[in-house]
Amino acid sequence: MSVEAIPEPLHRQLGLRDEELELIREALGRDPGPTELAMYAAMWSEHCSYKSSKVHLRTLPTEGPAVLVGPGQDAGAVDVGDGYAAVFKIESHSHPSAIEPYQGAATGVGGIVRDIVSMGARPVALLDPLMFGPLEEERNRWLLGGVVAGIGGYGNCIGVPTVGGEVRFGPAHSANPTVNVLCVGVARADRLITAASHVPKPGSLMVLFGSSTGRDGIGGVSVLASATLEEGSEESRPSVQIGDPFAEKLLIEASLELAEQGLLQGLQDLGGAGLTCAVSESAARAGLGAVVDLDAVPLREPEMEAFEILTSESQERMLAIVDPADLDRVRAVCEKWGLATATVATLEPGGELDVRLGGATVARVPALSLTEKAPVYERPMRAIATDPDDPTFASFDGDLGDALRSLLAAPNVASKRWVFEQYDQMVQGQTVAGPGSDAAIVRVPGTMRGLAISVDGNGRYGGLDPYLGGAHAVAEATRNVAMTGARPLAITNCLNFGNPERPEVMWQFAEAVRGLRDACLALEAPVTGGNVSFYNESGGSAIWPTPVVGALGSLPDHRLRVPSAFPEPGLAVYLLGESFAELGGSEFAETVLGVVAGTPPALDLEAERRLQRFVAEAAAADLLASAHDCSDGGVGVALAECAIGEGNGFAVTLEGDLPAHVLLFGESASRAVVSVSAEHEGSLRGLAATRGVPFERLGETGGPRCVIEGMVDVTVEELTDVWETAIPRLLGEAS
Amino acid sequence: MTGRIGVVTFPGSLDDRDAIRAVELMGGEGVPLWHAEPDLKKVDGVILPGGFSYGDYLRCGAIARFATVMDAIRGFAERGGPVLGICNGFQILCESGLLPGALIRNRSLRFVCKEVFLRVETTATPVTADVLPGEVLRMPIKHGEGQYVASEGDLDRLEGDGRVVFRYCGPDGEVDDVHNPNGALRGIAGVRNEDGNVVGLMPHPEHAVDPDVGPTGGQALFASLLSQAMAGVP
Repeated sequence: MSVEAIPEPLHRQLGLRDEELELIREALGRDPGPTELAMYAAMWSEHCSYKSSKVHLRTLPTEGPAVLVGPGQDAGAVDVGDGYAAVFKIESHSHPSAIEPYQGAATGVGGIVRDIVSMGARPVALLDPLMFGPLEEERNRWLLGGVVAGIGGYGNCIGVPTVGGEVRFGPAHSANPTVNVLCVGVARADRLITAASHVPKPGSLMVLFGSSTGRDGIGGVSVLASATLEEGSEESRPSVQIGDPFAEKLLIEASLELAEQGLLQGLQDLGGAGLTCAVSESAARAGLGAVVDLDAVPLREPEMEAFEILTSESQERMLAIVDPADLDRVRAVCEKWGLATATVATLEPGGELDVRLGGATVARVPALSLTEKAPVYERPMRAIATDPDDPTFASFDGDLGDALRSLLAAPNVASKRWVFEQYDQMVQGQTVAGPGSDAAIVRVPGTMRGLAISVDGNGRYGGLDPYLGGAHAVAEATRNVAMTGARPLAITNCLNFGNPERPEVMWQFAEAVRGLRDACLALEAPVTGGNVSFYNESGGSAIWPTPVVGALGSLPDHRLRVPSAFPEPGLAVYLLGESFAELGGSEFAETVLGVVAGTPPALDLEAERRLQRFVAEAAAADLLASAHDCSDGGVGVALAECAIGEGNGFAVTLEGDLPAHVLLFGESASRAVVSVSAEHEGSLRGLAATRGVPFERLGETGGPRCVIEGMVDVTVEELTDVWETAIPRLLGEAS
Repeated sequence: MTGRIGVVTFPGSLDDRDAIRAVELMGGEGVPLWHAEPDLKKVDGVILPGGFSYGDYLRCGAIARFATVMDAIRGFAERGGPVLGICNGFQILCESGLLPGALIRNRSLRFVCKEVFLRVETTATPVTADVLPGEVLRMPIKHGEGQYVASEGDLDRLEGDGRVVFRYCGPDGEVDDVHNPNGALRGIAGVRNEDGNVVGLMPHPEHAVDPDVGPTGGQALFASLLSQAMAGVP
């Protein structure tokens, strides 16, 4: 005789807690049915509801002169001038990518692109910040290869160029890679589809168009994205959605044509929590309810149950809200692009969702109770003591040239050509500067305007000091945008953390948000939206707290863009900013000394602001021949990168009271290496002095060698070879 | 009067707008053509653009060749009208039997996007008529399936008949394995039909016209196409 275990109650199987079941009972005034429970489980999941992060995210600044749409809609939007809006947002697809890297990353691209399209904007650029464990491990090489192929396989096929991103490595990301993707779109500012400008009315129809609905991705938000990965997680592969980029391309064109013809009262993509999320958010936003007819939903297989239809995360679907008088025209546009349409709901007064299948009501819930009234938690926090053992004061008597070679070969620093060459960087024909620049520059079609975009995050800093990790991410992303001469306008962020139910993780999160907030305020870069990815851990070991920031800026004329590499010989080389004894958390400490310890560099936000404003001002006056920020590997690596770009060497002297290796490789913030012609040197010095930006003349560009007096003397060719071949070598593809 | 060049949009075409923009930057008129319509709108030349027509499901270009517009394009080509297939357009022309050979997965088994150099092997086509033989042009490639293959006999015939239009090369025109980005047999990047009016190539000349966003090796090809299309309206 066998004894069967007593099954967990349904709400727990779906990821809901006992106290959350009580809240649902209160909202309904009765016990929920199974379909209703599934809807709450999806919408109240961490992924959809932000229940652990909301109290902290509320502290971020969200308003500024350029902000057209802040957080709360599918994507944020800023006014970039000339009557255009840039729409942008970043998202994580780390959990599915850890299980099935190709499809996980591919569907991440699909999801963020639909968010941009939902605002009525044409997607014009993708950037992918990625983080993996060390490439010495075979599984990490498999993950890198799969994720990059997935991003390329999807992005290349929908005609949106991938123009930048980061690829970083850290042991804490072995089990849980971090896969984020940012998309930028462009629309006429007066044509954006916003909650305010397009108001659905009772009687308006919800038209589902695109792919049919299958059993894939059920539980994606609750099972995959809102829990840690443990042994046997491959079994959750069915919760990973499968992408069809061809359908996505048709969906983009059909959606934009519907918007162009003025046929939309609203447009929402179906992503996490599928139809439940799209219907409830659309209805709640309009202050209405809806009668939802599940029999009308085109299905991939017969006899799907109500909860499956409601929470399926089948990809490449959109929900249009349309006036009944426009229905035929909406259908005609979709038909032109070969897409099926189905009228799945009618908006009604009252605020209730009445969900029907086979003529019977299977769920009746207030729309708001699924969305805005989801629970919000103030989770307990516990501070983690910092590591007092700072490598800054360790002695170093190794060869500085060898150290520079090691740093250029370190995977965080080395050329990512192996990755970027798998992405279409130029489709749409507007890529002024692609991967490898401090910030990518994409021209606004039909204008001279350039959008500058950079994504940055440093998990090492976040791990050592989450406050500084958050603040540095904002400073570096905006600094990279500023280096091109553009003025940073706003940021979006993707916050990658472990299990928020652990007080230490919650503290890291709160600290990182505090850092983001302080930096955003000081640098006048409001947050227009973002994404939180929790539960990035397995076996009780979390990823490095990794806030990733995407900054967007605008250049009135892309031809004024300042390049990052030395463009020619005979230029004066300057270091802007101040250098301190700061090796804590540096690339040098990790790669050469073998320690990740100490305190990350301090960040004087006023000095950062002065530097960024100064570079933009100097660029506008056409004073700069090149500008490159100092980050991983300090001035030494920054100089080498400036030389490698165009093959122009240099001869400089670094002076100061610090030990040579600290001068060379310290990562003090708010610094940049710039080059300037003799003609403009005086003006540049004058402007720097006026603006309070410390500057030091290091030497000149020219020649085939990189010479740092008394420290390094090596050919540009050798450094280029070291830098270019490092990643292929680690992947076993170069000798 | 300017040359009118039609650019076909299939479901999944991606570089169609880019081809139209390139035609217009070079002084021509870009005319959008739709896959489901047989009307070529009296254009002087046709471009089949890059992209992933029909998702490239089944095989690159294998479904697009059945599109309504392709019947009209076959007729146009038979009358001697200039037809240029770029990347996916080249794949469609091979699948349609308008050009010999086939494009298979790159030797690396990976998608590759980068700038390459091309050597012009013949001027007996509408896109190279105004270019010097042996001239080296710089332009990007971006494809996962661009390795040109054909039987040894076919390759010998193509070479013997002067039907290889472009080969991958180094900056000084050297054709060797180092500069072959996808393993194409005999370094072939583009070929023509017997009459010379139908040309296909994997690299993207339409992304090499505007100096603000890339190299300019495509300008000469578009200039040539426009002047030839004007001269010989079928």
